[in-house]
Amino acid sequence: MDKKSRIEKEDVVIRFAGDSGDGMQLTGTLFSDTSALFGNDVATFPDYPAEIRAPKGTVGGVSGFQVHISHNKVHTPGDYADVLIAMNPAALKANEIWVKPGGTIIADIDTFIEKNLKKAGYKTLDPFTEDHLESFNVIKAPISSLTQETLKPTGLDNKTILRSKNMFALGIVFNIYSRPLDYAHNFFATKFAKKPQIVEANDMVIKAGFNYAENTHALPSYRVEPAKIENGLYRNINGNKATAWGLIAAAEKANLPLFCGSYPITPATEILQYLSDRKDLGVKTFQAEDEIAGICTAIGASFAGHLAVTTTSGPGLALKTEAAGLAVITELPLVIVNVQRGGPSTGLPTKTEQADLMQALYARNGESPMPVIAASTPGNCFDYAFEAARIAIEHMTPVILLTDGFLANGTSPMLIKNMDTLPVITPKIAKEGKEYLPYKRSDDGLMTREWGVPGTPGLEHRIGGLEKMAVTGNVSYVPSNHQLMTDERQAKVEQVVAKVPDLQIEGNPDGGDLLVVGWGSTYGHLLDTVTEMRDEDVNVSLAHFNYINPLPKNVADVFSKFKKIVVCEINSGQFVNYLKINHQNFEYNQYNKVQGLPFTVAELKEEFTNILEDK
Amino acid sequence: MAEKKYNYTPKDFKSDQEVRWCPGCGDHAILNAIQKAMAELDIAKEDYAIISGIGCSSRFPYYMETYGFHGIHGRAGAIASGTKTANPKLSVWQITGDGDALAIGGNHFIHEIRRNIDLNIILFNNEIYGLTKGQYSPTTKYGHKTKTSPFGTVETPFKIGQLAIGAMGTFFARTIDGYVKESVEVYKEAEAHRGTSLVEVLENCVIYNDDTHADITAKATRKQRQIWLKNGEPMIFGENDDKGLVLNGFKLKVVTIGENGITKDDILVHDSHEEDPILHLALSNMKYPEMPVAFGVIRETKKMTYDAAVEAQIAEVQATAKIKNMNDLLTSGETWTVNN
Repeated sequence: MDKKSRIEKEDVVIRFAGDSGDGMQLTGTLFSDTSALFGNDVATFPDYPAEIRAPKGTVGGVSGFQVHISHNKVHTPGDYADVLIAMNPAALKANEIWVKPGGTIIADIDTFIEKNLKKAGYKTLDPFTEDHLESFNVIKAPISSLTQETLKPTGLDNKTILRSKNMFALGIVFNIYSRPLDYAHNFFATKFAKKPQIVEANDMVIKAGFNYAENTHALPSYRVEPAKIENGLYRNINGNKATAWGLIAAAEKANLPLFCGSYPITPATEILQYLSDRKDLGVKTFQAEDEIAGICTAIGASFAGHLAVTTTSGPGLALKTEAAGLAVITELPLVIVNVQRGGPSTGLPTKTEQADLMQALYARNGESPMPVIAASTPGNCFDYAFEAARIAIEHMTPVILLTDGFLANGTSPMLIKNMDTLPVITPKIAKEGKEYLPYKRSDDGLMTREWGVPGTPGLEHRIGGLEKMAVTGNVSYVPSNHQLMTDERQAKVEQVVAKVPDLQIEGNPDGGDLLVVGWGSTYGHLLDTVTEMRDEDVNVSLAHFNYINPLPKNVADVFSKFKKIVVCEINSGQFVNYLKINHQNFEYNQYNKVQGLPFTVAELKEEFTNILEDK
Repeated sequence: MAEKKYNYTPKDFKSDQEVRWCPGCGDHAILNAIQKAMAELDIAKEDYAIISGIGCSSRFPYYMETYGFHGIHGRAGAIASGTKTANPKLSVWQITGDGDALAIGGNHFIHEIRRNIDLNIILFNNEIYGLTKGQYSPTTKYGHKTKTSPFGTVETPFKIGQLAIGAMGTFFARTIDGYVKESVEVYKEAEAHRGTSLVEVLENCVIYNDDTHADITAKATRKQRQIWLKNGEPMIFGENDDKGLVLNGFKLKVVTIGENGITKDDILVHDSHEEDPILHLALSNMKYPEMPVAFGVIRETKKMTYDAAVEAQIAEVQATAKIKNMNDLLTSGETWTVNN
């Protein structure tokens, strides 16, 4: 077997697509983990239907997984793919628009039979001509039949054999990008420790796919060298796991036990699962009977002196709003994680959106202020979960952490921080032996009340949803007291700004023609766009928000340095309206998209160019 | 009996807040009985957490010199579940009413009972919404006229004991607001039970549903209409302790001792610890006028509590766990070093 020559590549995007039962998520994950261990920077984006098994062979049932690997720093899973693996005609139909001009399409040609082509919506028996895919490098690979051929000697049944065809595809891609096979082998060896036959079968199929690619000269062959990223220890992590771990880390730094009361909901469920795994770290999880019980058990646990969290998505947050107000008036620490998805109502459960911002800020009865922060990469969900918990504990308040489906399911390498380097969190727990007044505020400027934890002798007191007298905490209907308490709750949340870092400008700190403004998960796409345009000498910079309420102190300073501002969001303009309320002196352009999809760098670039040219 | 650690009097459990229930409201007597029970129970005052929802009864925590949490409508059960699961050392009491627990809070109610969280649920049943001034509740008698049922309700009320047993309940007792002596014993048994202890208190709302329980609680007839059950004792009641309960097929039947050859030995003996709920269900469903109404502890069976099981599982995992702290977790599994 003569080795093909390898072309060096900086940057590659691969999209695996197949039926939702074809194992595309696993295939994509094995490829991205292998690449991360190889030292590339990696970002992934799973794109799958809400149904566990949508109708087989239809476009609606296609499950995709996009991986972006690079020799350089990666901020997004990439707009368009260099290589598309299409396991059936529906996968081709759904994904052909996502391939770069001149890119490679590898299709399992065994599945391109009349019945499947019809189901996918093709009118002819030649989809490649029908959809004008001649400009692509189309490889018609007999993946199914070669998998059958490979595994014939094993005596496995045909159904089991065909289930491994995704590994043949993985083998092909491993070869194209010169990946080692040992990570995938170890994965199966661990997963099927008691079924050596399955481990061997997977090994055989991956190798067969690898060799097929080696011998097929139509396939390109690349090397993507390890990335030049910051030195240190890394692991690949998705946003939901990073969120769960950030919360556990905060509990450890606050020396508090962690309690999570939650109800399963896509795409937030995994946080509850990851926390349930951590009995070894003493985490208590309560799978509640509904969303309301999720937050109410958490409030009960917070009353009992735990770091309490509840995790949900938009519809669940809607159900939790009354109880969130209870946490506001009782001034108990609580972290509410909202992994946003497409709405309204059930909306697009598995697709991403940033349309719960107003809900997070305002959807409670009465004057009910609450800090709101947002993570912006899968990895920094760890940092912002930690930060949400810090604010909750140190400021005695519920906090909403916003992530979304894009961050939750997407992965990126995370630099592992030693716990010693994270800040200590100091709970404001009242001590035994001193007079305890539940609504006496601290004199450190933060205006917090003290946490009187049941079980502590001498601190017996009552809190609850009725308005309370300042200092004593007795029920009070005194008009001036309600004014005072309302003002104090607002002022307390405003004090959070003391530790909110200044808004950074990425690009030109002195200002320029255009400031791109974003918040949350759009960071990677906005940064890549701004970076590309700056490389082309366009005077554009980025200011990205992680702190929504309170906003950083220097927002007006930053905005005033730029001639134009454009606020970009995966919603109809919620943050831009919030900025219009809070910073009225500026004129805002906006770019919005509500398709259940992240931005693409291409569309952003076009939009920014138009704004700069006053089109 | 071992000497008590604490020498509390009921006064130790009274807060400095003025009690604001209507004069003559049954809640006053329940408050007194619970304060008495707590003075007798040997539990440190700081270890009580009293958690309520919304309604007249739910003002209760403010009048107790203990840790207290006045929640939101229907959610006392969920808040209490969180508090107890977080800290199983606390004695957690959920104070609730027929609207709070059975209408808006119905979901939490059945699930806390199913989980068998070690809570004491004291359900004040006055068969009416009092705080909102007189609308029918899930326990209002069929056909009863209230502000929202001016022509009588057309809804079948819940039978609270049946609901609890249907939700896999391990403890169900019934008492009457003004029966302080008997109630104190019931509350103490509820606290002694490990698991969700549900106590239905027949409570009188003097303003919006006066005398709703009078048929059962009226002094003159109470001996014929109430049967106070005690574990291990025969099910006897009546003016002269001459009536008893026997089984006739699958149904309970009232008999007179000394008539038709019936002796005391023929009378059923109460076994509150029986796992099979059939007889407990029949006892809790007995209603006037066909039958006497059962009081005291009707069901008390042993089962692992949720809060203890959560702690046990954590302890078991931790005993052999390789991951002891967050640094261990962060560096576990697949990691790689970048060293440019």
